[in-house]
Amino acid sequence: MACRPESDVEKDFPILSTVFEDGRRLVYLDSAATTQKPKSVIERITHFYESENANVSRGAHKLGAIATSEYAKARETVARFIGAKPEELIFTSGTTESINAIAYGWGEENVHPSDEIVVLVSEHHSNFIPWQQLARKCGADFKIVDVKPDGTVDLDVFRKAVTSRTKIVAFAHVTNTFGVIHPVREMIEIARSKGAVTVIDGAQSIPHISTDVKEIGMDFLAFSGHKMLGPMGIGGLYISKRRVNEMRPFFTGGGMIDNVEDNFTVFAHPPEEYEAGTPNVAGAVGLATAIEYLEKLGMVCILDSDRTLLEYAYKKLDKIEGLTLYGTRDFEKRIGVLSFNIKGVHPHDVATILDAHGVAIRSGHHCAQPLMKHLGIFYTSRASFYVYNKKEDIDILVDAIKDVKERFS
Amino acid sequence: MDPSELYAEVIIDHQKNPRNYGELENKDKEVKLTNSSCGDEIFLQVKFDGDRIQDIAFYGRGCAISTASASIMTELVKGISKEKAEELYEKFVEMARTGKAPSSELKDARVFQGVSKYPLRVKCATLAWHALEKVIE
Ligand SMILES: Cc1ncc(COP(=O)(O)O)c(C=O)c1O
Repeated sequence: MACRPESDVEKDFPILSTVFEDGRRLVYLDSAATTQKPKSVIERITHFYESENANVSRGAHKLGAIATSEYAKARETVARFIGAKPEELIFTSGTTESINAIAYGWGEENVHPSDEIVVLVSEHHSNFIPWQQLARKCGADFKIVDVKPDGTVDLDVFRKAVTSRTKIVAFAHVTNTFGVIHPVREMIEIARSKGAVTVIDGAQSIPHISTDVKEIGMDFLAFSGHKMLGPMGIGGLYISKRRVNEMRPFFTGGGMIDNVEDNFTVFAHPPEEYEAGTPNVAGAVGLATAIEYLEKLGMVCILDSDRTLLEYAYKKLDKIEGLTLYGTRDFEKRIGVLSFNIKGVHPHDVATILDAHGVAIRSGHHCAQPLMKHLGIFYTSRASFYVYNKKEDIDILVDAIKDVKERFS
Repeated sequence: MDPSELYAEVIIDHQKNPRNYGELENKDKEVKLTNSSCGDEIFLQVKFDGDRIQDIAFYGRGCAISTASASIMTELVKGISKEKAEELYEKFVEMARTGKAPSSELKDARVFQGVSKYPLRVKCATLAWHALEKVIE
């Protein structure tokens, strides 16, 4: 099947027709931070609140039944998208909550003094701090594995770092800083061969790469709806059957019980066991609609478009002097994330001037201070692409970068 | 929005050739401040002569806005009393936050009047001034 042209896809996103006061149009290149939403997702959320809103699994009225069934359908859609069974998919508020739920719910129960927790230096703070803190609390060793200057992992270094003492190996399938795709299968194989539990931060991978949890074989996977055309405040946590009995719920409260006595509680079965309180039903149905949209586009087309744009951008930017582009040049190992620095110009100044051209990018340490410090660069400017970006956006970006250079020359 | 107002020539000039940049040989006091939103940091050193700021210098890591603002600030307060410096601090911060017409006493620092239109950048412009307030308190 042919891929839909990006200029056509763009029309599905109301916000992308934004024209600023000065007549410039919005060029949105910050999708690694959060993506824009197609009309179908926005309308689905509105429809939920206009016609279906009720609390789920509580009470017997008609709306309650509709909301409960829509919530269950949403879980099926999201689970199927990652190759999981519905009972293995917990709805959370996003990657951060998902990872914390693992660190507290599995980690505190299973990590002991002199165990090791292994992460990569390139992790997002969300997949770094929870493990650093868990290690402190449990008296475990927190081991940080270096990456190469191009952001890729050296499998030999990684293999040496994982030992029979390693309890948890946590890393992002795709990094948010440079958009580097790690060899997730090989790395999980290495971790499993030492008996370690694997936690995959899928915040950047799930939106761009077709993922089957059974085929990849991780124990836990965390992701965020808002980075894949879905609403903010909803995300997923996949817990493999192997691990679910080793966990304790991170949150307790309403909706997650079988029976409560004065002195003890019998918890419900997963997924309800891990979803205390009123869930984000509108978020869940919105995310399911986003997934249907992504599936219609085709995940292969999404990654193809990423790489076409990235290669196009590299070709143009390579001609500009004083520009450093970060990340491996093997584009097979990249998604549509372009991290760069302009010699002598601070990324915040770059972002402000690009903004004046209508171009929205991110600047700073991208919540990955350990990596930035390790590479000695402190911060970068980051343009990131998604389904609605086209070559013309790159042209505008490149012209804006030239303007930055002129202003500071 | 035209960035030429924010990135005025004066600012680019101070960014490229920051005044009073480096360390003092005989400082009385040093403070370090970090801009938590970006990790930029400034070290501000002063040498006092009684109640007067006899000498002042800064170094660190920052964007054009924060570097230029620090450079201009040091020029403004070198040689004046702590009390007067405190007064300028208050005037500067108010101008940067609200965009209100600045007092002429702020001299070159008046170029930052427009920064209020970039709420995310106000912190960059005020960082050095907050460091000043700390170092003279
Ligand atoms: C790799 C990675 N991990 C974790 C997160 C945190 O995601 P969220 O803020 O949606 O919880 C992000 C998003 O910024 C990310 O890019």
